[in-house]
Amino acid sequence: MFGKLTWDAIPFDQPIPLAAGGIVVVVILGVVAFVAIKGWIPYLWREWITSVDHKHIGIMYVTLAAVMLLRGFIDAIMMRSQQAIAFQSQGYLPPEHYNQIFSAHGTIMIFFVAMPFVIGLMNFVVPLQLGVRDVAFPTLNSVSFWLTATGALLVNISLVVGEFSRTGWLPFPPLSELTYSPGVGVDYYLWGVQISGVGTVMTGVNFVTTILKIHAPGMTYMRMPVFCWTAFASMLVIVAAFPVLTATLAMLTLDRYLGFHFFTNEAGGNVMMFMNLIWVWGHPEVYILVLPAFGVFSEVVSTFSRKPLFGYRSMVWATMAICVISYMVWLHHFFTMGAGPNVNAVFGIASMIIAVPTGVKIFNWMFTMYGGRVVYATPMLWSLGFMVTFVIGGLTGVLVAVVPADFMLHNSLFQVAHFHNVIIGGVLFGMFAGYTFWFPKAFGFRLDESWGKAAFWCWFIGFYLAFMPLYVVGLMGMTRRMQHYDVPEWRPWLLVAALGAAVILAGILCQVAQLVVSIRHREELRDLTGDPWMGRALEWSTSSPPPAFNFAVLPHVEGRDEYWRRARLAERGAGPTVEPVYKAIEMPRNSATGFVCAFFATFGGFGMIWHIWWLVIVSLVGAFATFVVFAWRDRTEYEIPAEEVARIDRENRAARRLALAQMEPAE
Amino acid sequence: MSDTDAGLHLHDASDHAPGDEPATGHEIAEGLLGYIVGLFLAALITAVAFFISGTSLVWGPSIPLALVVLAIAQMGVHLVFFIHITTGPDNTNNVLALAFGVLIVFLILVGSLWIMYNLNQSMTPMHMQMG
Amino acid sequence: MSIAARTTAVGLGGEGAAPSVPHELSELAQKRIIVGYGFWIFLLSDIVMFSAFFATYAVLVDETAGGPSGRELFHLDIVAFETAFLLLSSFACGVASIGARAHRDAMYYGAMAVTALLGAGFLFLEIREFVGMIAIGAGPQRSAFLSAFFTLVGCHGLHVTLGLMWLLTMMAQVFAKGYRPDILRRVLCFALFWHTLDIIWVAIFTVVYLMGVAV
Repeated sequence: MFGKLTWDAIPFDQPIPLAAGGIVVVVILGVVAFVAIKGWIPYLWREWITSVDHKHIGIMYVTLAAVMLLRGFIDAIMMRSQQAIAFQSQGYLPPEHYNQIFSAHGTIMIFFVAMPFVIGLMNFVVPLQLGVRDVAFPTLNSVSFWLTATGALLVNISLVVGEFSRTGWLPFPPLSELTYSPGVGVDYYLWGVQISGVGTVMTGVNFVTTILKIHAPGMTYMRMPVFCWTAFASMLVIVAAFPVLTATLAMLTLDRYLGFHFFTNEAGGNVMMFMNLIWVWGHPEVYILVLPAFGVFSEVVSTFSRKPLFGYRSMVWATMAICVISYMVWLHHFFTMGAGPNVNAVFGIASMIIAVPTGVKIFNWMFTMYGGRVVYATPMLWSLGFMVTFVIGGLTGVLVAVVPADFMLHNSLFQVAHFHNVIIGGVLFGMFAGYTFWFPKAFGFRLDESWGKAAFWCWFIGFYLAFMPLYVVGLMGMTRRMQHYDVPEWRPWLLVAALGAAVILAGILCQVAQLVVSIRHREELRDLTGDPWMGRALEWSTSSPPPAFNFAVLPHVEGRDEYWRRARLAERGAGPTVEPVYKAIEMPRNSATGFVCAFFATFGGFGMIWHIWWLVIVSLVGAFATFVVFAWRDRTEYEIPAEEVARIDRENRAARRLALAQMEPAE
Repeated sequence: MSDTDAGLHLHDASDHAPGDEPATGHEIAEGLLGYIVGLFLAALITAVAFFISGTSLVWGPSIPLALVVLAIAQMGVHLVFFIHITTGPDNTNNVLALAFGVLIVFLILVGSLWIMYNLNQSMTPMHMQMG
Repeated sequence: MSIAARTTAVGLGGEGAAPSVPHELSELAQKRIIVGYGFWIFLLSDIVMFSAFFATYAVLVDETAGGPSGRELFHLDIVAFETAFLLLSSFACGVASIGARAHRDAMYYGAMAVTALLGAGFLFLEIREFVGMIAIGAGPQRSAFLSAFFTLVGCHGLHVTLGLMWLLTMMAQVFAKGYRPDILRRVLCFALFWHTLDIIWVAIFTVVYLMGVAV
């Protein structure tokens, strides 16, 4: 009746997961009860859960990422503290548990923090910057989000029911095969990642179509903000790479469930083919993450230097070059697997070549700052922190692209330090910059600057304390993922690293405090003009937050940095003074399709994990039924009458006018 | 997506959905002719491919290459006659997307084959492995 | 200097600046292009997925683990029929597309029915082939080669099955709602899907069957 699921699945005999899981369950139930009692459920259903608005979907993605960042970071703290303690001792985490922790840490951080954060930001910003009302396929967008949430949910359920994978964030065979991982851990991983991967591919399709086919009038490709270009490149890579992940995980799933022999040791399976295919996906994946971060920096650096971005064309070319070359370097993840010097050399050189367009970008950002009037607001601090940190990480990357060096450093903590260096310094700093930069647009009030700066410095200092020692200890020969060790020379460095993790924790607490304080003081921090930073692209021409339809009348674009151009024209009194002609606007209707699909996907995934076959069948039927119901809709849009559009727009413009008039004496 | 708003689209007059029937002229006969020609060509290429694979008239080692060439030709026939991908300016985005896809497929196939071949070369021969 | 001017300038569109892009095509034509293009991109992602299965097949094709190889298992005459069925069904689908665009019931329903029958015929032959192979002990668990074969060809067959379900849904939708623009957009996507499946089959019968037997 319940497949493999029994009461033994709940870790009554393991205090730490039991306590952690118990706390999480209590918190979630508490939140749900609180929301229900306050009567917020109808509002949440109407405005968020069934929303197909790219802005709301973007905010939900980032919220998911933030929550999962806390979970992933707790795993990190546990790993650092274990390694600080476990010198000639077993520490406090038994190996079976430690292995699950580092696996969960990586899986969650990549799939359920970095990806949702990046996709969320692109969701919120890209249609606004393109001057349009929404993405090409809004309901599909909602489905994508909810499938990602399903994946996150499944992975977190493993904390309470069953166990997680112990194979690391990529399930290398033969360890991940049924013979050596007979439990449900790898299955939780496979279904969680596979389901959210489907959502991600759909996002890729959605945004490639949007960016290529849906623009405001006059917005040619070469007038798009660079963030849209990097979003485009990132989404192209998603479309090109994620199907390979789907195929590879499917093959491993077939091995585990039906006894196939793709990656087994017997009957001709080839373990190395898994490595090959998974890294065909895995390398482009990191570029999916970092390209939008580069886009954020382009926006932030030009805004806070009060200058147009230096070298727009070269930025576009560098972005597209990275997009293509990212698909030509994947073997550098397994130089040591033995493909021979010729193959290794080709991929090693390609890995060095890809650093060149990135270097072009770094120089362009620096040249943008040069001669500008730089404002050191929090987003700019994150950008500067990125420039220093990412360059160091990139240099260590070029170092391990040298094959003989990699033979010594592969799978050491040097490698771990390198990729955290680029992911934290590049992706995470970029996401934090974007979060701070666009928060006022999303919510109508700025984030507190002092807490923001405190958070930055804690993260920045904490990062170096936590990861620079790992380079050292990697060069000393320490392998990654060690549950205990007995080399005394490593110990001091690991203690410093643990201290670094604590400082990063302080940074996270500062960010939490920043959010709480900002909400409490939101009236003082209110963004009344829609443009708190003297922005350059079209999102700043809307109110904060923008109305559902984004623009009352789609803007006609005449050049790059279109909003900057209009704002400066208006300042000189040279802008147009007549009101536009308002027309009725049709917007896509809300839809429960995404949420319901995800509901069935969650139960279907859970059923597959625990071999509850009737549940799987019910879920598949349910998902198909949902799809048919959606396809049978007759009314897909609702109309906002012209008077309503006019009223909202007049209100917003009057508020902006009033706010600017009140600000004028101070200018 | 708003239906009443203007200017949602960059290349209004010169863009074309992949797979769509030609926008000008709904001549059913014209459309049918395209599919008939495509069917005929595809059938011809298929027949040749089946023939070559079974015959000794063609030099053996060249058969795989011949089959690949024929397969690519037939894919082209499908793309042109059934999916209506052409090289006209209204098809630019469609062709570019296809080219990108072909590049990725090429990298995956050729890359994987090259890498796996080399990796397998470096493996101990089966008869020398234990157990 | 006029703050008021600044506020009226921003966020406005079409305020007397240069004329926007000419709108000769209707909004619906734009939607058709957008939907068609989006589905095209999805199909390319599907092709990338198939290429991963193809690459795996090519790598594992000789790993028969002492079991049967393609040469011993494949019946090219059945493959010829499968190929003919699928190619003809692609043609029928083309006719159905024309019928849909021209709002011709007989053409649309007739051609879709033919497409469905041919597609079902293809699946019947393929399932028979699979069952036959499993019955003689050449199932996917026998060797890596067979795992790769069943997965690659089976994945295509699964797509055909889903396509058939979609086909029936499209017949039902036109029946229930007529040749509405959004229904026609879906017919366009279905046709693209069906033609692409035939393209993938070209690769399969060439690489798996013909090369499996000839080389």
